[in-house]
Amino acid sequence: MPHAFDEMSSTDGAIRPAYETLKQWLASVPQDVLDHRRKEAEFIFRRIGITFAVYGEQNAQERLIPFDIVPRILTKEEWARLSKGLEQRVKALNLYIRDVYSKRDILKAGVVPEELVYQNPAFRPEMNGQRVPHDLYVHIAGIDIVRTGPDNFYVLEDNARTPSGVSYMLENREIMLRLFPELFSMHKVAPVENYADDLLATLRSLSPHGGHEPNVAILTPGIYNSAYYEHSFLADKLGVDLVEGRDLFVKDETVYMRTTEGPKRVDVIYRRLDDDFLDPLAFRRDSVLGVPGLMSAYQAGNVTLTNAVGTGVADDKAVYSYMPDIIRFYLSEEPLLPNVPTWRCREPDHLKYVLDHLPELVVKEVHGSGGYGMLVGPAADRAQIEKFRDKLKADPANFIAQPTLALSTCPTLVEKGIAPRHVDLRPFILSGSDKVRIVPGGLTRVAMKEGSLVVNSSQGGGTKDTWVLDA
Amino acid sequence: MRVRIRHEITQTFEPAARNASAIVRLTPRGHEGQYVQRWTLDIDSDTRFHPQEDAFGNLCHAFTVDGPVTSFTIAAEGEMETQDTTGIVRGTVERFPPSLYLRQTDLTHPSERVQAFAREVRAQPDDPLAFLHALMERVHGDVADADGPAMGDPLTAEDALEKGAACSGGIAHLFTAAARISGVPARHISGYLAVDGEAAARHWAEAHVPSIGWVAFDCGRNLCPTEDYVRLAVGLDAVGVASLRGIGGDTREQVVAFDGRNPPKPQAKSQSQTQGQN
Repeated sequence: MPHAFDEMSSTDGAIRPAYETLKQWLASVPQDVLDHRRKEAEFIFRRIGITFAVYGEQNAQERLIPFDIVPRILTKEEWARLSKGLEQRVKALNLYIRDVYSKRDILKAGVVPEELVYQNPAFRPEMNGQRVPHDLYVHIAGIDIVRTGPDNFYVLEDNARTPSGVSYMLENREIMLRLFPELFSMHKVAPVENYADDLLATLRSLSPHGGHEPNVAILTPGIYNSAYYEHSFLADKLGVDLVEGRDLFVKDETVYMRTTEGPKRVDVIYRRLDDDFLDPLAFRRDSVLGVPGLMSAYQAGNVTLTNAVGTGVADDKAVYSYMPDIIRFYLSEEPLLPNVPTWRCREPDHLKYVLDHLPELVVKEVHGSGGYGMLVGPAADRAQIEKFRDKLKADPANFIAQPTLALSTCPTLVEKGIAPRHVDLRPFILSGSDKVRIVPGGLTRVAMKEGSLVVNSSQGGGTKDTWVLDA
Repeated sequence: MRVRIRHEITQTFEPAARNASAIVRLTPRGHEGQYVQRWTLDIDSDTRFHPQEDAFGNLCHAFTVDGPVTSFTIAAEGEMETQDTTGIVRGTVERFPPSLYLRQTDLTHPSERVQAFAREVRAQPDDPLAFLHALMERVHGDVADADGPAMGDPLTAEDALEKGAACSGGIAHLFTAAARISGVPARHISGYLAVDGEAAARHWAEAHVPSIGWVAFDCGRNLCPTEDYVRLAVGLDAVGVASLRGIGGDTREQVVAFDGRNPPKPQAKSQSQTQGQN
């Protein structure tokens, strides 16, 4: 495997400018002080109850995502480039989704194969021909970015359904400010605290009708959801109601919230509930989490759902491989952020290449997430590879493959001191009817195990505070 | 043929529901084989129908009855002129290209058994129409028409095959599943079968043949629908064409055909089934 780019020390051992102050500081602070601060951070996380549950784990108790106290630093210039690329990407995602649910120009032009849309489980026929308020579908996107060199950023994955993790971004900053005020006085770090205001402004801008102060609510599946903490955290930060399906009802194609003062109209629902469960009259009949008639109100244009229904049609890993073409098709621009080269196993010549090079590739399920069901060739033994080969041959269309990228590393506090660990980045892009808002940075995920490339929290990954330097 | 039909659906709630929201697909559209002369929709409760068109172009009505609700009855009634088109369906509202109808659903899930079943039929001559007729024969031979409640919860394709008997909806699931596996777009149809002055709710399937268009198949009766059939709604499976989608409660429905201007007092056979209490 190629040598990984370290974001603090370049290959010749010199410290990259953005990290100079941090490096000096790290060298000046004894290890036991750092260890102590790390324990303090963990204590705070436990006390505020920011935990998550891993699905499918026996005695799935609430776990803490490991938090690394060494911040990851991006320069203003790096961020400027990234944010432009992200804005372009989300713009294209929105245009693509609007198109596949209306005129289908991109299918007629043969840029994306029809079956990738119509046979896609995330395609919602119910959305066909359906106008959504302000023609926007993905209001809150999480675009996963990886880096392999000083100027080499790639999009690894688009999350256009209900991306989570933003509460970690905000909590990480809060804890860092509390534990290391001196570090912040040494750096000019762009704030992230305005995310809540940005999100609220975005949601309000999406109201289906102007004129009055729109009523926004966050719809959660409830306390058993692994991201429930985030739902209640956001409701609290935004100062809006956190509701479950049973708190809402639909009358005359309008959504109301049951309150002690009687029914109150709801204009914008930031739903953290999957499409399938939204409305038992339209989707899964056995859903008790949704609101009967919600889709009727939505179709009548009386409520905005964020994200829109059916956005999953744009974010699986097979569609991902077409994103550069999708950007060119709608925007007539070259993608500012490239994709990781991707082989589509649905195509016979791609499949042949993948089967011939399994030990060096990462193979993922098209609809997989959370780092489950994937093969990391270089880390797998022969038996695992052969087993995966059979799986792949049995259902090629279900897989894509990518080269094993040498993800960049960042200094991370481990038992033996500070050591490089692989990271990725999930910025959150907010698309309102007025403008696009992105708080500088995002959530940095870090693979805590030495050499590991899997940063997913369900696989033992941790998080870091992400700093974008303002000067 | 002139057909007059009345379709009543009663939903009862025990205990009374706080309120009841539902969507009905009970209004037929016309096409070349079917001319709708008169059609009305009524409900015995104080509510308003909100007319909608679903993604497949079906005419739907959504409503909410304020609670406490112990029951409501909704009645669709009308008159139409049908013609035999040897199963060929033209002049319909089409919102999707045929390839959308290659999409499987939970009810048409292509299990290994269903796939094996489809493969055996595929061994027939390489002509889509011949294939579909062979498939209809095969489904008809393997799964008996149990004439059960067409509404509610028909069997999945797999279960229909396993049990060897199914209501018309379950049979249509097996046919559409197998057609889709073989690369032939197929869809689920709800409607009525009116023969000799008697009418019943019925489901069947349509499959797409490039040179002809959509062709209807009722495997339970081993024929392509004739003027005896009234086409109501189209979808990917029985859930997608459900005459009524509500929450909880007990559903009873009855369909009658009649000759005069006024329908007879309800006495035709009634079909009852319970939807899971949510």
